[in-house]
Amino acid sequence: MAETHSLQDMRQQAAVAAKVFIQRDYSNGTMCQFQTKFPSELETKIDKQQFEETIRTLNNLYAEAEKLGSQSLIEGCLACLTAYTVFLCMETHYEKVLKKIAKYIQEQNDKIYAPRGLLLTDPIERGLRVIEITIYEDRSFSR
Amino acid sequence: MKNCEYQQIDPRALSVSPLSAQNPAEKKVQRPRRKWEAFPGKNRFFCDGRLILARQNGVLPLTLGLIVVTSGLFFAFDCPFLVEHLTVCIPVIGGVLFLFVVASLLRTSFTDPGILPRATADEAADIERQIDTSGSSTYRPPPRTKEILINQQVVKLKYCFTCKMFRPPRTSHCSLCDNCVERFDHHCPWVGNCVGKRNYRYFYSFIISLSFLTSFIFACVITHITLHGSFVMSFHTYLVASNLTTNEDIKGSWSGKRGAEESGNPYTYSNIITNCCATLCGPMPPSLIDRRGFLPPDEAVPAAAASEMELPPFTPKSDANMCTQSTKDVLERMLHSSDFHGLCPSGNPKTSPLVQEVSSSAPATAEPSLSSGCSRQLARQAVVDPCPLLPPVAFSKSNRRDSLHSINPAFRLASPSPTLSRRALVLGDGPDIGFIPQH
Repeated sequence: MAETHSLQDMRQQAAVAAKVFIQRDYSNGTMCQFQTKFPSELETKIDKQQFEETIRTLNNLYAEAEKLGSQSLIEGCLACLTAYTVFLCMETHYEKVLKKIAKYIQEQNDKIYAPRGLLLTDPIERGLRVIEITIYEDRSFSR
Repeated sequence: MKNCEYQQIDPRALSVSPLSAQNPAEKKVQRPRRKWEAFPGKNRFFCDGRLILARQNGVLPLTLGLIVVTSGLFFAFDCPFLVEHLTVCIPVIGGVLFLFVVASLLRTSFTDPGILPRATADEAADIERQIDTSGSSTYRPPPRTKEILINQQVVKLKYCFTCKMFRPPRTSHCSLCDNCVERFDHHCPWVGNCVGKRNYRYFYSFIISLSFLTSFIFACVITHITLHGSFVMSFHTYLVASNLTTNEDIKGSWSGKRGAEESGNPYTYSNIITNCCATLCGPMPPSLIDRRGFLPPDEAVPAAAASEMELPPFTPKSDANMCTQSTKDVLERMLHSSDFHGLCPSGNPKTSPLVQEVSSSAPATAEPSLSSGCSRQLARQAVVDPCPLLPPVAFSKSNRRDSLHSINPAFRLASPSPTLSRRALVLGDGPDIGFIPQH
């Protein structure tokens, strides 16, 4: 039985078959939300529920980042009074949530998407325009 | 021993790995390049990509310069005076406002306004595919707009051909910066950058703080002028009320006696109101210098004649009295001299046609002969020669008139000119000119 020993992860040996783009959902305004419509290309790859769960969590995280809460108001006023010099030593609330989002996407990729030959790209790398899902060919994958 | 199949790792496949997918540009060259170095828009970057500015940064240096210079002048000139007279808080408040204005301005200028990165090739291809497949049944090219519902309202999203994507709502493409900017407000040349979602608050705080700073400086300057400039104003009010000039006041021309400032001034009306009225509301005297009057045409002739002085008995002296005295002497001697005719040929041949012309047009002259012309010419020369450098005005009025009228009726002026300067000009230039009023 041939075993594949690869020094890198199996994803590095795969070729890109297709890319699916999840576009932004503007029905609630300019807030950063993504469409939860399940794309047809992923029908054979992943469970619809799973996919929608991922997108919904991401939407909630972005909503939290942009929320007009008390914390963001205090941060804004403090920044204004200090002529925005406070951001030299402190990161904004949005940046903190973006770090959380990046960690969540990494987690999802490792647990759910990578085993299925998929890869989620963090939307921040695409200007928060799309969620890019790369579909890899199953050349070397064998279970 | 197991039979292992080793698969070679394709180096090209490394570019699609998740680790390097995040930074594709870094694998291309040995030195990892930052994304700003390959940024497609018209922007300039500083501090290794930390600061961004539009390429056409417009008048940002001017804005900064104006603010710094105005504030600098305020701190240098107004503050010392106001600190002394009012309070030390004034420069403190001014300093805080100034720092706030400059910080807001720099923050607005150097912050990314909310530029949307251009779509990747895959994204663009995907969008093109979607446009082509959805509703392009007509021969016309697809309209490149997409309609969506936002809060139950239809909004059209336009396709940006430069950035190859459908612009999100409230996003606009700035042609100066060649970028799509989210929540695009405007491109501000004063700030040298677009104003968009990310730097609108800095822009707003800049203009608000700038208004405060401007009003503050204006108020301080007005206060300064009121406190300081009132001295100047009150000083001149005193002068007007006492019908004095600054010169007289400084020299103390009329106020030699103690406590009797106005008593020595002969021009005062002894009444403040009358003094004020006389100085400020009195009749406006006309201008005496006739700026727009025309010069007489033959002014060059006496200048030429003056260069050929050959009268022996005179040594040129620049004294006015000497001039008039010598003139009188010459004229007297001429009339009694037997060398009268002998002196004629020494005259300027250039002036002879003029002399004849004058003599022909001057019917009042009793001697239209060449001798009289010579005498006039000689008299003119005598007039001009001893005093070649003196202006005609130097001649005293009374001496001149006496000498002319007593000696030769040809010198009588037909129409006296109204101003002294004009008359002196006429006389000094010679008898030829003297006949001009007769024309």
